[in-house]
Amino acid sequence: MESERQYIELYHDAADLIRQRSCAVMNAVRDAAFQAFASQGFPSRKVERYRYTDVAAAFAPNYGLSLFPLTSHPSPFIFSFKDAPIDLTPYYNKVADASDGITALNTALAHEGLLIYVPRNHRPSAPIQVDNWLRATAPTMMNRRVLILLEEGADATIVINDKADAQPVSFLTTQVIEVVCKANARLDLYEIEDTNPLCARFSNVYIQESRDCSVKHNVVTLFNGHTRNLCDVYLQGENAEITLNGCAIGSGSQHIDNNTLIAHQVPCCQSRQLYKYVLDDHSVGAFAGKIFVGKEAQKTSSQEVNANLVAASTARMYTQPMLEIYADDVQCNHGSTVGLLDESALFYMRQRGIPEAEARTLLKNAFMGQVIDQIQYQPLRDKLYVKVEKRFRGELEKCEECRLCK
Amino acid sequence: MLKVKKQGKMDVSVQTPSTASAVAQEPNAFVKAVAEKKYEFGFTTDVETEIIEKGLNEEVVRLISRKKNEPEWLLDFRLEAYRYWQGQQQPSWAHVTLPEIDYQAISYYADPTAKSKEGEKKEIDPELMKTFDKLGIPLEERMALSGMAVDAVMDSVSVKTTFKERLSEKGIIFCSISEAVQQYPDLVRQYLGSVVPYRDNYFAALNSAVFSDGSFVYIPKNTRCPMELSTYFRINARNTGQFERTLIVCDEGSYVSYLEGCTAPMRDENQLHAAIVEIVVMDNAEVKYSTVQNWYPGDSEGRGGVLNLVTKRGHLRGVNSKLSWTQVETGSAITWKYPSCVLSGDNSQAEFYSVAVTNNHQEADTGTKMIHLGKNTKSTIISKGISAGRSQNSYRGLVKVGKHADGARNYSSCDSLLLGSECGAHTFPYIDVQNNTATVEHEATTSKINENQLYYCNQRGISTEEAVGLIVNGYAKDVINKLPMEFAVEAQKLLSVSLEGTVG
Repeated sequence: MESERQYIELYHDAADLIRQRSCAVMNAVRDAAFQAFASQGFPSRKVERYRYTDVAAAFAPNYGLSLFPLTSHPSPFIFSFKDAPIDLTPYYNKVADASDGITALNTALAHEGLLIYVPRNHRPSAPIQVDNWLRATAPTMMNRRVLILLEEGADATIVINDKADAQPVSFLTTQVIEVVCKANARLDLYEIEDTNPLCARFSNVYIQESRDCSVKHNVVTLFNGHTRNLCDVYLQGENAEITLNGCAIGSGSQHIDNNTLIAHQVPCCQSRQLYKYVLDDHSVGAFAGKIFVGKEAQKTSSQEVNANLVAASTARMYTQPMLEIYADDVQCNHGSTVGLLDESALFYMRQRGIPEAEARTLLKNAFMGQVIDQIQYQPLRDKLYVKVEKRFRGELEKCEECRLCK
Repeated sequence: MLKVKKQGKMDVSVQTPSTASAVAQEPNAFVKAVAEKKYEFGFTTDVETEIIEKGLNEEVVRLISRKKNEPEWLLDFRLEAYRYWQGQQQPSWAHVTLPEIDYQAISYYADPTAKSKEGEKKEIDPELMKTFDKLGIPLEERMALSGMAVDAVMDSVSVKTTFKERLSEKGIIFCSISEAVQQYPDLVRQYLGSVVPYRDNYFAALNSAVFSDGSFVYIPKNTRCPMELSTYFRINARNTGQFERTLIVCDEGSYVSYLEGCTAPMRDENQLHAAIVEIVVMDNAEVKYSTVQNWYPGDSEGRGGVLNLVTKRGHLRGVNSKLSWTQVETGSAITWKYPSCVLSGDNSQAEFYSVAVTNNHQEADTGTKMIHLGKNTKSTIISKGISAGRSQNSYRGLVKVGKHADGARNYSSCDSLLLGSECGAHTFPYIDVQNNTATVEHEATTSKINENQLYYCNQRGISTEEAVGLIVNGYAKDVINKLPMEFAVEAQKLLSVSLEGTVG
């Protein structure tokens, strides 16, 4: 409980200040969340869903808590919780799994929340972009809270960028995103992480879908330090669809852990998952995805694919695709591969005068291309093609978009 | 659910001697017998059995050791294991609802041969002979199928091992482990606990403390075992646990095929079976281990049945060594079993073929571990799960490629078939790769029986139930084909019997 102690003390010291800067809906569940955290602490590696990430170690350093206010361009769809156009009580902290240690800590410490609210049958003319820019002079902890609420028939594309300054300052972010989609809503949610090796990120995304919804969630880890992404999807209305895609590129001593759960709770839903990793140097990749099909969820169709390239003998990959099925009229499958680049393809390219390093980059790019291809929003797709290629060439670390570096 | 039994299913049970005689007495008895008695080995044997008092403590461990006249080192091994076990908690990670086991309510040693031992001549009680005859395991060598040597174990004691002399001509040792401790203590001491140490897990520690009989096999260098070796385990006495221990050592350049079968009487309370099987495979040697597990699965309401908590592991120590596990799991109320392979030798190969059938309230959590440590090692996993009734069937497997296992290759395929809307099929594969030259593939599918296939069969006059039997047998064929012939026939029969009444 060493790691936990400083957060318990921090809460005792700063709770009043957080409350002042926060809003009623967040304060209402704050103490209960803190109690949940204080009683259970961080999940240990013995907890099945946290097997591959040492949470307590990542939270052990002493970070200062950031209570920096949110800034947003005026938009009819983006609000701070304080200015929410609707009552958030029925939604806030309802989809999130309160028993998860990280979610509990986030609920206790988050001082401000971002609401993306798309009213009935509305469709924002442009994608909604949220940028999280990590910049500080001392180690800092941030607790982000996002609620995405799509009313019936709403349609939105949301891009969340995580960026960090290239300065040697360590950051710890916890993030809880709750997504509630009502009937017939459609959502494309993209999360792009491009931070630095000193950043630790714990992101928990919870998605609840009603009848005839379609959600695509795409998480891209371009550059990071220590990342843990959890995504839980609850399909609660018939004919709902979910597509979870992810790609991760690891080098140095980066750590990328994606953990997903898709719970089919009603009949006739579809889910698809595609996660790809390319790991080099001493990086560690982990993927664990569980498809849960409840008794009532007949006619479920579900596919899960996880493919991984391990490019160095010191890199390490864990994968764990799981099926837990209690209904009989289902079509579920999963596949997982761990391997190296195809030698015959390399040989073919070298025969044609392509240098080996270039050939390897081409193959890795093509491998990741399958995930990037799934991105519907074309400007983002084009940008990611360039970024992924730069990443494989080792050019991305220069942090080109960071004004401070230039 | 189908209540009236159809013609097609009766054929299955004609094999049982008891039903065959019943037919002669009254015409309806046949149908009744089929309807009431799906588990055909559920009878008990009335034989005088020496059972030690219930409960587990150091004195019990010492008593078992004393009864078997064991050397000091083995008693120490047992006591160390017992002390370790005391400090451990029963694991709860498996996807089964293991009832609380009262370890003090079980007797840890039951000897059905005690009576005959008192006399000077070591004759087998005719009741025991009859029992094994009834199970289709004749202990008279002249009656036995040629080409198979049997070690028959009832409760805690080995009743008889056949063809021992013929095997010993080739230098092959095949006997019960208690006998091996007396006659080949050095060999046993060298290998016992070297593949599954007592600290391995909770049930391994328990077994190491109180293990009774099992088989010991040693195949000397460059010897091809001329016949199939087999052990038949039978639980008979009430309120006892069976803690068998099998050790197979296959020396350089040798080959052995080993079969294991098991049954138990029908009882309302759960019976505990916690076994350890250790296999050591040396350079260029090959071991084939096949199991048809048919412990009593409990009744249709989920009462009783055997708790089958087993640790099985093979260590491929030598270069070019080969180990193949084939299992057909149809019995037991709860199965917790992961026959594994540690591939240390370069170019070693391991295979795991499994069919697990669960019906009614059975729960199975089974699979394998393939741990690649040597260079150019290969492993194949083919697992077929079939769930029916209200059962839960899980595949749990680990494929681990160590840092130095250059060129390791694994292919895993796990398919699940669901027959009924109240059962569950689950897959929990763990893949852990630390070497960039490894290629690991895993695929899994879960679905129900294809309705087009059923429709096709129906069209051609095959009843739905028969059609399901055909499709299931076809589905499991990849695995059944790997079994030795006699076992394959039995396994196919078992598949049909286990799934009786699942088509509604």
